Amino acid sequence: MIETTVDIINKAGLHTRPSATIVKLAARHKAEFFISKDGLRINGKSIIGVMTLAAGQGSQLVLEFDGPDEQEMANEILDYFKRGFDEL
Amino acid sequence: MKRFRELLKKSDNYIAGIPAAPGLVIGHAHLFTKEILSVTDAAADDVEAAVVSFHEAVAKAKKELNKILNYAKAKMGEERSEIFSAQLMILDDEILLGNIEQHIVQEKKQPEFIVHREMNVFLDMMRHSSDTYFRERANDIEDIKNRIIRNLQKKRLQSQVTPGVIIVSESLTPADTLLLSKWDIKGYVTDRGGLTSHAAILARSLDIPAVVGTHNCTHRINQDDLLIIDGFHGYVFVNPTEPQLAFFNEKIEKMREINQELKELKDKPSQTTDGHEIDIFANVDVTGEIDLVIANNAKGIGLFRTEQIIEEFGELPDEELQKQIYYNLSTRVYPRSVTIRAFDIGGDKVKIIDYPEANPFLGSRGIRFLLDNPLIFKTQIRALLRANIHNNIHFMIPMVSTVDEVKKTKQLIKECIHELQEKNQEYKKLTKLGIMIEVPSAAVMARQFAREVDFFSIGTNDLIQYIMAVDRGNDAVSGLYQEFNPAVLNTLKHIINAANEAGIQISMCGEMAADNQALPILIGLGLKSISASPSAIHSLKRTIRAVPYEKAVELAQKALELSSQEEVQHLLLQFFEEHNIPRTRTILKFI
Repeated sequence: MIETTVDIINKAGLHTRPSATIVKLAARHKAEFFISKDGLRINGKSIIGVMTLAAGQGSQLVLEFDGPDEQEMANEILDYFKRGFDEL
Repeated sequence: MKRFRELLKKSDNYIAGIPAAPGLVIGHAHLFTKEILSVTDAAADDVEAAVVSFHEAVAKAKKELNKILNYAKAKMGEERSEIFSAQLMILDDEILLGNIEQHIVQEKKQPEFIVHREMNVFLDMMRHSSDTYFRERANDIEDIKNRIIRNLQKKRLQSQVTPGVIIVSESLTPADTLLLSKWDIKGYVTDRGGLTSHAAILARSLDIPAVVGTHNCTHRINQDDLLIIDGFHGYVFVNPTEPQLAFFNEKIEKMREINQELKELKDKPSQTTDGHEIDIFANVDVTGEIDLVIANNAKGIGLFRTEQIIEEFGELPDEELQKQIYYNLSTRVYPRSVTIRAFDIGGDKVKIIDYPEANPFLGSRGIRFLLDNPLIFKTQIRALLRANIHNNIHFMIPMVSTVDEVKKTKQLIKECIHELQEKNQEYKKLTKLGIMIEVPSAAVMARQFAREVDFFSIGTNDLIQYIMAVDRGNDAVSGLYQEFNPAVLNTLKHIINAANEAGIQISMCGEMAADNQALPILIGLGLKSISASPSAIHSLKRTIRAVPYEKAVELAQKALELSSQEEVQHLLLQFFEEHNIPRTRTILKFI
């Protein structure tokens, strides 16, 4: 299992469009994917869950990846977070 | 305006809210209460059948939303319909659906009970967010939940509404707003919601007056009450008195008269009494206004402010989405042209990066910000290059203060073209490249700038602030914001001359361009085109058609020699009287 912390760096935060992209990225992999914020832990493959995080700019999230292709999945999703959801 | 304030003072039957969509209407109230869906935790006898009906309800909800999505796309364009696409995604959320199904099977309860309970978990969390954007999204999720439950209970949305009523509701979902508009609704009043709620944005696109965020309108208004909605100021008068009715009827009648009179001007040429043509373009903020541009027979779009897209989407749209927006825009107005202004971020405008500046108006704004953030700038340029299929997109750079900034922009455009070629992507060179002249240094150096670009557009709001060194938001000095100050007029003369001598296009897009009083002087100074809000086009055309060009040139000559704004205004007043020019300002906007 991989567990790591990421920051939301883009101005608009984790709003509808990046939420949808993250779910789509996650769906391409077999590993399980969970996101936690302030004690709330949701399934990262669920759009309603990701939207519910209501993660604005500056929020810190904990990502967990668990499964055969966890490394690949983590790389891809972390990269998207680091690019500020391509909104920088 | 004064009379309105007096009327308000004498009244106690009004409800104040947020003016979400402009307009005046009088009509009867229709209390739009959404049926309260009751769910009980009754047992499901046949679990298998319960699961099947759950999936059927979801499939039906999808069908309904797809229909709404298509209707929305046709009525408001792709971008504004996105909210419905997001809702559709939730109906495809396999984790959510799987979870609900599992609970139905395990607990052997009615599916609507499980749907209600499971979705409320998410709903409650979103409602408690400190961020308005996320709180608004809770309404979208609630709409989905209710849709599924309603389908499970086989109830139809009771949307039978008498045509021509005013909808009074606690809140409105985007789908409500859109579907209700089919019933020829006159207006919307809601307890909740703000300027940026989806319902408010839709009301503006649909041109239906709305007052939102009144907190208690559903308690203070009864079914069939007579209402006056003032969507300009954000007031609702409940069972209005005779004087109130008389006041608003008079306003409405006047608006109608002016509208009618101005409509007759639609197909008449925009030229002075002696045949000198002045082109009128439109400033456009939202897609809905494009219809007005076409209806009012404007020459094209003279200013499309792209930072509005950021405001609306709450984020910086990616290259694909931008391309789509620009492409749609250029397609809608083709064969007319559209002048798209690069993101004008900073100052009082949309801020993407919170970076406190002691003097934001003298700080990182417009082109300065863009050159410091080339990724943002280049994304926009590539989107524009790819969108310019019809070869009618003109690109305009804001807040330019040095020639070097123009050269750097040209370099970036070259780089973008190179990148697109490497990726084998289709593009067309930007049809024209121009700059806003709104900084004194650019005004002074207009001749040098004219060698570098295809057009100038004078942004008077900022230019006047910078020339007079006055913040017009500051009451202590706002009197110094003088558009008729000879300092301003002489600067305009210098810019216009530079453009005309170099043979490049010259236009004006600030508030001064929409001021009928300024028109004779602007025409006399040699301005060939103006760009103003679409609703002002007819009234500007009426003024232009009454101005004798030769006399306007004389007027401008005289004005340039005067030494105060008062003297110029006095001269103007004489000019209007002498030539019998109608002096309505942009009444429709500020009635």
